[in-house]
Amino acid sequence: MKILLMGNPNVGKSAVFNRLTGADVIISNYAGTTVEFTKGSMKIARRNVELIDVPGTYTLEPTNKAEQIAVEMLKGRKDPDVVINVVEATNLERSLNLTLQLLKERVSVIVALNFWDETKHKGISIDVEKLEGILKVPCVPICAVTGQGINHLVERIKEARPSPFRYDKTDKWREIGGIVEQVQTITHRHHTLLERLGEASIKPITGLPIAVISLFLALKLIRFVGEGLIGRVCEPVFENLWSPLMLKLSSFLGSGGVIHNLVIGQLVDGKIDYGQSFGLLTTGLFVPLGAVLPYVFAFYLVLSFLEDLGYIPRLAIMVDTLMHRLGLHGLAIVPMLLGLGCNVPGVLSTRILETRKERFIAATIIAIGVPCAALQAMIVGLVARHGMLNLGIVYGTLFIVWLILGLLLNRVVKGTSPEIFTEIPPYRIPYLRGLLKKVYMRTKWFVKEAVPFVLLGVLLVNILYTLGVIQFAGKIAAPVVTKVLGLPQEAVGALIIGFLRKDVAVGMLIPLGLTSKQLVIASVVLAMYFPCIATFTTLVRELGFADMLKSAGIMLISSLIVGGLLNLILV
Amino acid sequence: MTVSNNNEKPSEFVGNQISLARMQAGQKGKIVGINGGHSLVRRLEALGIKEGKEIKKISEQWMRGPVLLQHGNTQLALGFGMASKVMVQITRKNQ
Repeated sequence: MKILLMGNPNVGKSAVFNRLTGADVIISNYAGTTVEFTKGSMKIARRNVELIDVPGTYTLEPTNKAEQIAVEMLKGRKDPDVVINVVEATNLERSLNLTLQLLKERVSVIVALNFWDETKHKGISIDVEKLEGILKVPCVPICAVTGQGINHLVERIKEARPSPFRYDKTDKWREIGGIVEQVQTITHRHHTLLERLGEASIKPITGLPIAVISLFLALKLIRFVGEGLIGRVCEPVFENLWSPLMLKLSSFLGSGGVIHNLVIGQLVDGKIDYGQSFGLLTTGLFVPLGAVLPYVFAFYLVLSFLEDLGYIPRLAIMVDTLMHRLGLHGLAIVPMLLGLGCNVPGVLSTRILETRKERFIAATIIAIGVPCAALQAMIVGLVARHGMLNLGIVYGTLFIVWLILGLLLNRVVKGTSPEIFTEIPPYRIPYLRGLLKKVYMRTKWFVKEAVPFVLLGVLLVNILYTLGVIQFAGKIAAPVVTKVLGLPQEAVGALIIGFLRKDVAVGMLIPLGLTSKQLVIASVVLAMYFPCIATFTTLVRELGFADMLKSAGIMLISSLIVGGLLNLILV
Repeated sequence: MTVSNNNEKPSEFVGNQISLARMQAGQKGKIVGINGGHSLVRRLEALGIKEGKEIKKISEQWMRGPVLLQHGNTQLALGFGMASKVMVQITRKNQ
């Protein structure tokens, strides 16, 4: 048996999916969180059932690509056995448009009225039995994030069947209006605080200060949590618990030799130095778990809160005019924000943009000007020691590059940049358990993706140094690296490893004893010159090989220009 | 930054037909026509926003930025260009 979850964007299909399958799919309070369909399985009456989370659509007459995917899934070769039509109970009229179209397709439908809890706050009362009587398919009120009503929904899936309900297609909205009138009563009530806040954060006079203040607070909170965890948890654990263990292992391995250097690395004054030792179990573990993970956790905590609250689409409205200058529109802020965590989900979410031009520009400026959390954590750790001004120069340069590159690409890249067209969801108080689960999922994903690559990176550093490859590459690249960028030729090693993991690459700069100016240049160039391998493969998949080559060319050239300019300007 | 688009808003007159882009925030009106292409009409229709429906303008952004409208419990943000194509008959001056 196969079940499709269908409904308008942002009605909670993924939340229902998670509830039914126990799977972990990211859910947020904005349209377009699900850009790919997700498959999962569940059991109904001991039968294995395949459940598919379909991207949101308002209609079966598709108006964009995401909707087209949804329609193809419904009308595709393998007919679904049942469609669970998730509707927004607080928005019955709009939702019924799709419901009626589904009924017309003569598929077995069961309607899940989500956000049932919200109807009460909004003074909406829906007569579910009457609705069932009209549509002649089961209708079940649920609240997907908390799980209320889900069991009931599952029990009634077997009752789903094609409905005999018919309507005059030319007068669909009158038909819908008639149904709504029969089943729904609305009692007048005053605006809630959240609604007032929702409007305030989208009017320019109040919205701009709110945007500035929230982003400032977000940054403060990320630094507070990140630095707090590093200072109070990670460093003490590594210094006081892990180091003694490693020293014992070191003497057990004979304090030297090939294996010792691979596992422990070089001891500095007889001690483990997590920045410089560069062994698999020292630097290899400290970089992802001790230095980067706290910031990744802090970043996702704040981002997930803003997502679940529903602030992101409002921010999109506030930055829309700016984004148009870059050939994008406001919603492109979503891939940018996700890219600040990790470029891979950032590039993936460029799918919420409609045209090839927009996706190319967005993906390229993410890869160049949006440093991921891992890279940022290492840059902050290294550069901030040389003064906040230097850190400001790194971030300022990347922002200006992001901006100028977008402005240029908008003029050069052929194609169209459509206007924004998106629903603005109401503010919703984040459901704490759901929020924490999302943060956990994203953090876990980071650990799973990052740790193996960091270890591989550290391994490769050791092998390449032993074989003399990095020294050799340094000699070849010396003219460019030393003359143009003003860096020592050993920095080439970081640029090679940066293709694997950029956090490891920054780590490789530590033993070089660079000046403040060199650190700034190296950080900027490392961020810009080329994506890490995970982002690279995502870019190839999303843009195609030809466009990826163009994008890569832009990265290499612009990083050389910017690095060279910094070398000339900075003292 | 200047408010560029609404120097000549004739919005005091209830009953005038103006575009959604030129409505004032807080005004309500009935849609009398959508001058856009087929695709805009369809996208709006999919959300139940079509001729004869009552909408309210919530806000607009500076420099011809997006316009936010409310229809029922749905809030929709759309670009200034699209908003210019939605013609509205003002029904009430302010909320």
